[in-house]
Amino acid sequence: METVRELASKKAAVIFTKSSCCMCHSIKALFYELGASPAVHELDQDANGREIERALRSLGCNPAVPAVFIGGQFVGSAKDVISLHLDGSLKQMLINAKAIWF
Amino acid sequence: MADASPRTDTSTDADTEDKNLRFKNNQLQIMATSDGSDKSRDQKTLRRLAQNREAARKSRLRKKAYVQQLESSRMKLTQLEQELQRARQQGIFVSSSGDQSQSASGNGALAFDVEYARWLEEHNRRINELRGAVNSHAGDGELRIIVEGIVAHWDDIFRIKGDAAKADVFHILSGMWKTPAERCFLWLGGFRSSELLKLLISQLEPLTEQQVLAINNLQQSSQQAEDALSQGMEALQQSLAETLAGSLSSSGSSGNVANYMGQMAMAMGKLGTLEGFIRQADNLRQQTLQQMHRILTTRQSARALLAISDYFSRLRALSSLWLARPRE
Repeated sequence: METVRELASKKAAVIFTKSSCCMCHSIKALFYELGASPAVHELDQDANGREIERALRSLGCNPAVPAVFIGGQFVGSAKDVISLHLDGSLKQMLINAKAIWF
Repeated sequence: MADASPRTDTSTDADTEDKNLRFKNNQLQIMATSDGSDKSRDQKTLRRLAQNREAARKSRLRKKAYVQQLESSRMKLTQLEQELQRARQQGIFVSSSGDQSQSASGNGALAFDVEYARWLEEHNRRINELRGAVNSHAGDGELRIIVEGIVAHWDDIFRIKGDAAKADVFHILSGMWKTPAERCFLWLGGFRSSELLKLLISQLEPLTEQQVLAINNLQQSSQQAEDALSQGMEALQQSLAETLAGSLSSSGSSGNVANYMGQMAMAMGKLGTLEGFIRQADNLRQQTLQQMHRILTTRQSARALLAISDYFSRLRALSSLWLARPRE
């Protein structure tokens, strides 16, 4: 969990993914479209991958990836991100965390 | 002096019945006001005439609603006939096929088609109820109950689709449960919310500035989400193609057979993620509808739901026409 918290606080927008996960690709694409440059951590390329995955699941993220953090706070998985984007909250969170400016 | 008071009737029909009543009313008013003596009889007469006018108006509105109901029933009948034909075809396929796995998925698809047809019938019933309420100028309270009912009922089909996607994701993706014209616009197993909103923006005036902004933002957000999901699907296709191509080998050897099995296993894993994409696409549709409902007033939501339903009805009617078209 410490690893997750530490990595999550390193940048305004952080996404945990797996290289084989195409839904992760979608969420990354959405962030790029909004002008955010999220830090991306591929769990299958990380030595601590399994531990991180367990930590993400314990946060309630199912499936474990994609897992999105903004301003160090856990936001959710794909479904949460899309819902927040539709009601305008996602953009506001990114602005508050200074990941984007408008 | 006779006062031919203008009728403030909101009905758009120019019925002769209407004109006759108005003429008689004016005549009686002239007679009544020129005879100064019987005030109470004038009052009673005027009130009765007003009540007659009101009754006639309500009758016209009911007739209008009834005719509209008949027309949509006619369209529904055509659709149901098609569903039945399709179901029969699938049913014949299922019963003649000895293969257990095939008939299992055939049954799953058929079961969903039936559930969808049932949902659609209930949806159309609710829409007709809404149309009747709007046409008879029902109050906000009554409208809200019907509108919220319809929005909640939309949730039902998304849940049903979710279960069906678990059983047979390719059937949902194929859109074979929809009519041909609807299939033209198929995106990840359903409609595009962003297109629906574009349609509505022109139909929903007047909107407050705040609402216009909110609807436009919603339209843009849903489009961005759709694009993101589409990109993920493309990545999936690419990845699947690469996986299958990777198992192509020039010479046969035991190592290659093991590779083949491994690649197939990987490809199977990728196919398994399709269901997730359908789920997110349906989630997007559901959330967009709910968000739209939040932005609009009850009356606007009512108009929006009617417009959406009419649009899909037309697509289905177009499909019927297309299927019934004369061919050489």
